[in-house]
Parts: sequence; C-alpha cells; structure tokens
Amino acid sequence: MDKKFIYADNAATTRVSQSVLDAMLPAFTEAYGNASSIYKLGMDAAKTVLASRETVAGCLGAKVNEIYFTAGGSESDNWAIKGAAEIGAKKGKKHIITTAVEHHAVLHTCEYLEKHGFEVTYLPVDEYGRVTAQQVADAVREDTCLVTVMFANNEIGTIMPIAEIGKVCREKKVTFHTDAVQAVGHVDIDVKAMNIDMLSLSGHKLHAPKGIGALYIRTGIVLPNLIAGGAQERGKRAGTENVPGIVGLAQAMKDACADIPAKNAVTSQKRDRIIKELLKIPQTRLNGHPVERLAGNINISFRGVEGESLLLMLDMNGIAASSGSACTSGSLDPSHVLIAIGLPHEIAHGSLRLTFEEDLSDEDADYIIQTVPKVVGRLRAMSPLWERICKTEGLNADGSKK
Amino acid sequence: MIYSEKVMDHFANPRNVGEIENADGVGEVGNAKCGDIMKMYLKIDNGIITDVKFKTFGCGAAVATSSMATELIKGKPVEDAVKLTNKAVIEALDGLPPAKLHCSVLAEQATKAALADYYRKNGIDPEPIVGKIEDCADCESCGS
Ligand SMILES: Cc1ncc(COP(=O)(O)O)c(C=O)c1O
Repeated sequence: MDKKFIYADNAATTRVSQSVLDAMLPAFTEAYGNASSIYKLGMDAAKTVLASRETVAGCLGAKVNEIYFTAGGSESDNWAIKGAAEIGAKKGKKHIITTAVEHHAVLHTCEYLEKHGFEVTYLPVDEYGRVTAQQVADAVREDTCLVTVMFANNEIGTIMPIAEIGKVCREKKVTFHTDAVQAVGHVDIDVKAMNIDMLSLSGHKLHAPKGIGALYIRTGIVLPNLIAGGAQERGKRAGTENVPGIVGLAQAMKDACADIPAKNAVTSQKRDRIIKELLKIPQTRLNGHPVERLAGNINISFRGVEGESLLLMLDMNGIAASSGSACTSGSLDPSHVLIAIGLPHEIAHGSLRLTFEEDLSDEDADYIIQTVPKVVGRLRAMSPLWERICKTEGLNADGSKK
Repeated sequence: MIYSEKVMDHFANPRNVGEIENADGVGEVGNAKCGDIMKMYLKIDNGIITDVKFKTFGCGAAVATSSMATELIKGKPVEDAVKLTNKAVIEALDGLPPAKLHCSVLAEQATKAALADYYRKNGIDPEPIVGKIEDCADCESCGS
C-alpha cells in the first residue's frame, strides 16, 4: 500500500496542474522568443503574452490594458501600496487605511510607510475577522490616499465585504486596493462592479507556478513605475517577460475562474462535514466566519496543543497542513490574525489550517476526520498545559465535562 | 526550516514521556503565552537519578529537547545532572534551527528546576548549586 499523503495546504501553495504545465511547456523550448524581438518568434511571444493578458483581464472583468504581470502577490501588494502612497504624498495625502488581519506583504509595507511619514489606520476586525464598509467610511479622512483591504483572509478564510467597501471608497473618492491572492479563482470577482481600483493576485495559489502574479490597475490611476528599464508592461515594470509563467497564469485563471459556484458547492460541503466532525473534539473552536468564508478553508483551535507539533505529527500521519502559530516560520509570536479575532495567545498557538479544493476525495476527508482527533489526543496526553486545563476546569482527561 | 533526523526522531518517539507519582523533584518552566511549557519529574535514589519523565506543550524542538535532556540525565548522579547545558542538548540532537535555540534553554531550565525542587525538599538551598532559574517573563525569545 502506498503511504497515505494528503496535501491540505493549498492556501500556502498549489501543485502546478497538468493543463497549466501543458500550456507552459512550449514556451520553454519552442516558442522561447523574447516578446520584444521583431522576428516571428518574438512576435509570437508577444501575441502569447497579449492573449494571456486578455484571459486574466477577462476573468476579473478588467480591460486588457489594466493588467500588469508581476512576480507574485507580494510584489503586487508592494507596488500598489507604495505607488498609491507616492501619488498621495504629492497631494499632501499621507493617510492609509488597512485592517489588522492583512498578509505581511501588506502589513510590512504599511509599517515601512509609517517610518516614512505616513499614518496608517489598522481597522480592528470582529470575532470572525471581518471589517464593515461603515468602519472604512468612518475612518476615511481628507488626507486618506489609499484603502487596502484583503478580499479573503489567508489564515481563517474570512471573506471581506469588498463590494460594499469599494462603493464607499468610490463615493469618498479614495483609491481602493485589495489583496485578492486567496480569493481569485475561489470567489467570483468583477473589479468594475465591485469598484476595485487595484487588485493583487498570485499564480501559485491557483495551480500556476511560483513567481508569477499580476496587479490590476484601473485606467486613470497612474502608478509610478516599479522597475526602470525596458518598455515591458507599458514601461511600468521592466524586464523581459516571464512568458512561460504568464502563459501558465492565464491557463490557471481560465481553469480556476470557470464554474466557481459549482465547485464551491462541492468544496464547502466537504469543508462543513470536516468542521462538524472535528468540532466534536472537546475544547475546540472554529476560527473565521461560519458562512462568509472560502469554500476550502478550515481553521480550528485545539486547547492545550501547540500548532507546530500538531503539524509535524499530522505530517508523520500523511497530512500536510498549516497552523496559525507563526512558530513554524521561526517566530514565537502567534498569528496576528488569530490575536485580532480575540483569541488568547494560549489558544492561538494551537490552531490547524486545512485548505483544499473540490478534488479532496471523500476517503481523504474521512481520513482527516479520523486522524486529527488521534493526533490531538496524543499531544494532549503529553501536554502539561492540557493537564492544567483539565484540572482547573474540572474536565475529564479527554476534555469532556464531568 | 529544517530539523535534524535526531530532532525528528525524538519528536516522533519521545523518550520518557509521562509523570512520576511522588517524584523527588518536579520542575516546570515556560508559559502558555510563549507557546512552550516543560514539566520534568525526577526519581532520585542515593543521589542517582533513577527515573525521569517529562511532559511538554510546545513545538517539535521543545518536545525533542526535553526528550533529549531526560536521556542525558537518566542514571546520572545529581551533581552531573546539574551541569547539563543547553549546548549539550543541542549537540546531542545534531543541532537546532536558530529560531529554536531557546527550546534547549528551556530544557536545561526544566532540568534545573526539577533538581532545585529536589534540593529544596531535602532542606538544601538550591541557588548556590543550580543557580538562578530565570522567569520566563524575562525571556526575550518571544515578542509578547
Ligand atoms: C493574502 C496573501 N497575500 C499575499 C501573498 C503573497 O503572495 P506571493 O507568495 O505570490 O508573493 C499570499 C501568499 O502567501 C497571501 O496569502
């Protein structure tokens, strides 16, 4: 029997799909021209890049000239935010609004700007990790140059009311950027209907390779150039195009953005079944919104258990997952997202994130449902914290009430 | 981040997990806020550590370092166990990632805390022997 292996960490990265790989391969060895070259091989590459740009634009309801290819989500976030800040500073507007639960690509960029004279408002979130459009409206000031709110949270899967926030920003005439890295391909997005001015996306979360992404910039927003050099990306982001990556991203978006509601129906049903079963483990809670959440995201905290050892032990049992405890990334601080939704440090350390898609088999879902409680039980049995919780709260050793 | 095979082995098959009833020395260090707590139990006969058990709440390195610390002191005279250093634990595990070095300090402190408890129970002031066991609140490893 093959050793069990379930990859349940699609929010971290995804496997390149066969259709994406098939689309990319010719760009390496046959259609390898430089899109700036004048001979046919080059022109063909330029045509491929254009067709890819059209596909990406189409998936978002954007115009083709509004899509700029980048090297991924972090780059897109940095460009959008620093660019909007630079535009704002010229008009004396040095206030930015964001949320407490953004990805570090956004948060650290905002912190950088704070060191350079900008003021940043970090909107608090509710217990599910959401901000409201009203909060944004109330925070907007005369000198606000940018609102940046993520579309869907990478840790807890909570989906923000982006269309409502977009409406507020449009009314208040403030530029609105959204980090949609986790949402693209999982939520239907129409940048025009949602009044989104800038949107970041990343290929490797949708079965394209790592190191390719895009930034949608609405016509009318003249963002400063990111990389000086050649005329690629209309002079805004120089560097010979990553044609294989661009082709792969387009194929991945075409695949991911088709039939999103149908796929979500399948995925969320699996999600809800696993959540229901795992919540039967005593002293356990679901993090994130019960309904307004990505179809393939589960985030659960188990008291008395530390996240990294949970992940290592799940891996030994053939399940690759992630944790809200940033301990895995080498820092001991628990996730800022879990703290922002109000979890005590002690509980925030012991969370598990499972992220998957519609192709998770029922058998694999069953395996997860059987394995997680065993691993949690084993770790709790050796946890002095769990022992203390049971003692002080008068619980049985398995955490059930006496 | 990469763990050595030894670390993974001690995490997957931790040695000496459990508790000792009526232990001759018990020590607990760390706190839930930082994400690691270690508790160590010693059975000491005629100055020799005849049994040792531990319980740990924490990351893979926290489990592995406590497991290794118990192995290093089991069967040893208390005077030797007092000299256990976090460096010895790290070496025995073939190294630790830089971000995890504090776990080895915690393992050393858990051992010392248990030994201090043993000395105290025997009417001996532990501080001149095992030194001061720092409160985790003073630890700078975690940002909280
Ligand atoms: C919400 C969010 N934003 C940004 C990023 C960064 O994307 P990339 O890895 O492509 O730079 C990620 C992925 O880690 C993410 O989940």
